[in-house]
Amino acid sequence: MKYEDFQRIEERAFYALFALFGVVVLLGAGAWHYMEEHGHVVTGMSNQVVWGIPHVFAIFLIVAASGVLNVASIGSVFGKTLYKARAPLSGMLALAMLGGGLAVLMLDLGRSDRIIIASTYFNPTSVFAWNVILYSGFFGIVAAYLVSMMAPRMKAYSKYIGLAAFIWRVILTTGTGSIFGFLVARQAYDSALLAPMFIVMSFSYGLAVFILVQSTMYSWNGLMLDAAIRRRMKNLLAIFVSAVLYFTLVYHMTNLYFAKQTDFERFILLDGGIYTSLFWFGQVIVGSLIPLAILFHPQLSSRCSAVVVASVLIIFGAFCQLYVFIIGAQAFPLNLFPGMEATSSFFDGRMPHPYTPSLPEVLLGLGGIGVAGLITMVAVRAFQFMPRDDYDQTVKAEIAPE
Amino acid sequence: MSNMDKTQKDAGSGRQFTRRQFVGAGVAAAAGLAIAPGVTLLDLAHARPADQAADGAKRWGMLVDTNLCKNGCTDCVAACGKENGFASTGHPETDPQWIRKIELKEIKSGRTHSLPMMCQHCATPPCVDVCPTGASFKRADGIVLVDRHICIGCRYCMMACPYKARSFVHEEHHDQNPDVPRGKGCVEGCTMCVQRVDRDLLPACVEACKAAGHEAMLFGDLNDPNSEISKRVATYASTQVRADLNLNTGIRYRGI
Repeated sequence: MKYEDFQRIEERAFYALFALFGVVVLLGAGAWHYMEEHGHVVTGMSNQVVWGIPHVFAIFLIVAASGVLNVASIGSVFGKTLYKARAPLSGMLALAMLGGGLAVLMLDLGRSDRIIIASTYFNPTSVFAWNVILYSGFFGIVAAYLVSMMAPRMKAYSKYIGLAAFIWRVILTTGTGSIFGFLVARQAYDSALLAPMFIVMSFSYGLAVFILVQSTMYSWNGLMLDAAIRRRMKNLLAIFVSAVLYFTLVYHMTNLYFAKQTDFERFILLDGGIYTSLFWFGQVIVGSLIPLAILFHPQLSSRCSAVVVASVLIIFGAFCQLYVFIIGAQAFPLNLFPGMEATSSFFDGRMPHPYTPSLPEVLLGLGGIGVAGLITMVAVRAFQFMPRDDYDQTVKAEIAPE
Repeated sequence: MSNMDKTQKDAGSGRQFTRRQFVGAGVAAAAGLAIAPGVTLLDLAHARPADQAADGAKRWGMLVDTNLCKNGCTDCVAACGKENGFASTGHPETDPQWIRKIELKEIKSGRTHSLPMMCQHCATPPCVDVCPTGASFKRADGIVLVDRHICIGCRYCMMACPYKARSFVHEEHHDQNPDVPRGKGCVEGCTMCVQRVDRDLLPACVEACKAAGHEAMLFGDLNDPNSEISKRVATYASTQVRADLNLNTGIRYRGI
């Protein structure tokens, strides 16, 4: 479709997309109500696999939320002007995605009606409780950051608030990784590596989401993203994807070195059925190697559509990675008695614990994406979030070496 | 007065009572009825009053002798369900199990063991560390519990427990034991039958094991050097499951 034709139906297209996200949110709300009425017995979760697909969506959105803010941080903290132009969009997307992720996390609680208790009772030793503070603080700081960037009188403070937001987001993602890293009981977790690994994952997921949204906005408005800027961003994305692969490699290699972990590694890497497939084909091949090939390909990577495809594949790989990380880890049974075979009516020793996501769970998770989508659409329509690359000589000099 | 006048005939059994015997028995019965509640109260007086905090000097625990635990016997499991008001719902994957029997086989030797597994009432419980609201808590006397009023059902404690000792209430339950209220959407686990322990009774599983004549489970105060459990722990080798985690469990095992 030519842009002129699209312009004629632009308003209708906006409302159609808005309605689509709205329906997704409504379906998510309905799914939550169904689960609330009947209990988690209507989900695929059990006493063996206690966190299911809603957690995959929630953790993706939360991790990507902190990562998408990275674009703003590169601009404000590290002074890169081309990223500075993208800082408002980056901050807004961070808030939208965190909102969506937290909504899923809260609505998947057994007692989601006890939100007041969740926010007023704090156990200082709980990483979850720290995260409640970190998430609330993130909302506050990023909101202040957005105001400082958009209100002329506040511009002077923007750099400092941006620095605070950067520090806060690093702590926040450390907290998200530590939710798992501090779990001594399970073989997949209990590792200090998870905190930095989550930070690197957030860089990758966040930038992929940012590029996707940015490309959509440019196409919507009939604009063309400067090739040099796209090249910069796709190179950065490739570095982040490589870094995630590196951390994944270190994680599995260290595990393979420990004799007590070899059974678990065998499960994930060789015998784990769906988890093995999702790891190799989902995360490694489709979600990392193919996007890397696209992003480093001399001709392909210069095309906007190829970078968009790479971003979509990276997001797909992220979901696969989190599915294996969260659900695969629980599907592998706890080993209470090393060197012994265990059986019980509570499914001790069963390999693997089965889990099939139910429709309500999937809809609840998608609802979180719907929430993020709705917030983004309204924000983009009501405020000026379109990156303005009326850049001067500084930017040209910055991207010239490319 | 004839002998017959002094007696009343029990038509059913044909036994005869003198009036004096009858009056005597009546007085005794009345006295019994009058005193019984007092005796019960006296008995209850030994128990901890509801407004008194748990005794921090105590550390309730159990010693499970797997040599005495019979393979296939699930009396402790049945007693737990009866005491705490839960039964199979037909969904084994989501059914709560506060205590379960694990059958073990050593891979190398083929030696088998059978043992009950439940909340290990750790001195440093991971479930208490991770609970965001503080609903998971440890009483002063070492019993680890869930406060159902502030549990939000996040299931983080289930992720953190190395013993798979916690269950999530996946659906509505009826016919509950008033002493043990259970709500859909909350997490729960073995309470060491706190409602019984506070009345100086044994946990239901221990009592059932005793009743079955196995005596594989011994309950007592690990802090009291004169208690039977302390003496046995001091005399015989016992182990803690996942001792590598250094959680200092209140449940100890012999024979594994």
